[in-house]
Amino acid sequence: MLEIKNLHVSLETEDKQILKGVDLTVEAGKVHAIMGPNGSGKSTLSYVLSGRDGYAVTEGSATLEGADLLDMEPEERAAAGLFLAFQYPVEIPGVGNMTFLRTALNAQRKARGQDEMNATEFLKLIRAKAKELNIDADMLKRPVNVGFSGGEKKRNEILQMAMLEPKMCILDETDSGLDVDAMKLVADGVNALRDGGRGFLVITHYQRLLDHIKPDLVHIMADGRIIKTGGADLALEVEQHGYAHLLEEVA
Amino acid sequence: MALPQTKLDATEARIAVLDMPRGGWSTTARTAALARLREMGLPGRRDEYWRFTRPDTLVQPEPPAAALFDPRETAAFDAIDKLKIVFVDGVFDAEASDDLTLEGVTIERLAEASSDLHWAASLYGQLEIRGQAAVPRPLAALNTAFATDGLLIHVTGKPSKPISISYRHASETSDAILHHVVKVDAGAEATILENGPAAARFNKCMEVDVADGAKLHHVRTQGRDHERRAATHVFARLGAESVFKSFTLTANGALTRNEVVIELTGDDALVHVAGACVGDGDFLHDDTVFITHDAVNCESRQVFKKVLRNGATGVFQGKILVKAGAQKTDGYQISQSLLLDEDSQFLAKPELEIYADDVACSHGSTSGAIDEEALFYLRSRGVPEPQAVNLLTLAFLAEAVAEIEDERLAEEITTRIEEWLIRHRS
Repeated sequence: MLEIKNLHVSLETEDKQILKGVDLTVEAGKVHAIMGPNGSGKSTLSYVLSGRDGYAVTEGSATLEGADLLDMEPEERAAAGLFLAFQYPVEIPGVGNMTFLRTALNAQRKARGQDEMNATEFLKLIRAKAKELNIDADMLKRPVNVGFSGGEKKRNEILQMAMLEPKMCILDETDSGLDVDAMKLVADGVNALRDGGRGFLVITHYQRLLDHIKPDLVHIMADGRIIKTGGADLALEVEQHGYAHLLEEVA
Repeated sequence: MALPQTKLDATEARIAVLDMPRGGWSTTARTAALARLREMGLPGRRDEYWRFTRPDTLVQPEPPAAALFDPRETAAFDAIDKLKIVFVDGVFDAEASDDLTLEGVTIERLAEASSDLHWAASLYGQLEIRGQAAVPRPLAALNTAFATDGLLIHVTGKPSKPISISYRHASETSDAILHHVVKVDAGAEATILENGPAAARFNKCMEVDVADGAKLHHVRTQGRDHERRAATHVFARLGAESVFKSFTLTANGALTRNEVVIELTGDDALVHVAGACVGDGDFLHDDTVFITHDAVNCESRQVFKKVLRNGATGVFQGKILVKAGAQKTDGYQISQSLLLDEDSQFLAKPELEIYADDVACSHGSTSGAIDEEALFYLRSRGVPEPQAVNLLTLAFLAEAVAEIEDERLAEEITTRIEEWLIRHRS
């Protein structure tokens, strides 16, 4: 599904290397988690994959089902099936949540040569998905993320994911700023999307989220590289001992 | 103070090519307006309120030619049930217009209303004079003196549909001067719509008297022809507990100067003036607004948004004057521009002048580019960049469009903005 090879990335504006050779393959149907201390490059990886400006890839590659991601515009990556749930979802005053989602959904369908979804079909679909995530009609009508609480913003990200049905989902610290109940709601939303064909990359600081979203593999990232890979137990080890001893171990 | 010779010459040169319609009740007001105009002189580049907008082409004796442009869109308000009145290059078109009868309102043409004791005589040029008090508005005096036609609209009840004035542009060198007078009786309510490019050069004045408890809604679109020029004035006087809401969409046009002068003379009155403009290239749009609070507990709102690209210029000069005794005034003013490139510019001069001590007045003015974070967010969800920019542009203008009370009219305006954005996609 997602294949990252020897990825080197630096900031465009200053000569600072952030990713120093990341290798990672996420197979269809699997959930991979990336953990790591602050500044290890986790979020940069998610930005580079989704096509945010400001980063320069100096070496390596990233492909989605064989297609070169790094050569595509952000909207093309989305249409190809990549989705990033933002750590800080953006507020867009003046654009209704519903309008936003319908525009996005139909733009992707159009890019893939599919028919646009009509208003009635769309309404039926979004109402059903919103209900599962405990998102009320008012939240759908309001401008995108404006005045939403932290939990509401994250639920709105998962709603978008559920509506757009991407092949590869990247969740960037989706657990940050969530209380236990909200985290459970978000995790349930993600678990509902798990199937044999969809890949997940879950970026998190804490093991807590991984209690609810069981990963197949856990990677530890430090200083721009993946330094260790293991099963779900690796997350528990981090929780108990912190990153320090892992860093020493590989040093 | 004597006028500088150049100004004097420019004024006389302009007057020389105009004919004052004679006879009838308006003659006194016209003659007085001409004297007023000679005293003020036509606007020059060094005049306080013309520093951002070059008045030359509005002042010169003949207008620069303006080519006709067909954007292949239906006329604004086409689907709205309305009483339709049409002027072509400033000339009334009886065939294209509906019969001017509608319950709750009497409508006459200025050029035809010749009786000596006309109700409009107490208003024609009179609200304009009041609007000249603080800032000279010579193009309005010129209009009062030389208007060839216009409508005298007396609203006595609640007409069942809007009164729509369409200004068609057919000649590349037309120079039109129209003057409307609108009187809304106590408790009456009406909607006036205006649309169309009007002429190569258009000078239009609308005097509005909104009596106690009356309501007037005004929605207009000024669009289409890229090379047209216009100077318009709205002079309104509001009585107690009255409401006046005016919204203008401007798309295209080499030069548009819209002046709005409002006087709140009765307690608890409310005025909302809003404008959205979209300009691409050779485009200058100027909103000059002057609101005077002269009564207790009145509310005024000014919401102006401009989208500018390819070297387009936006101007906003807005003032709230709160007179002594106008306590409990609630005044709000916002002017914002969205600059889609570095060649475009927005020039703003917000002013507050307050002589009462128990008032709430706020104003703000901003200039900015498209929010890159929001743009990336939309694109990351699959919305192609041009479409995402349009979505954010519409969102930027939404606050001004929201000032239109009637939802169908607001939708109509939004559709027109969308069509314009699609035509002008980069």
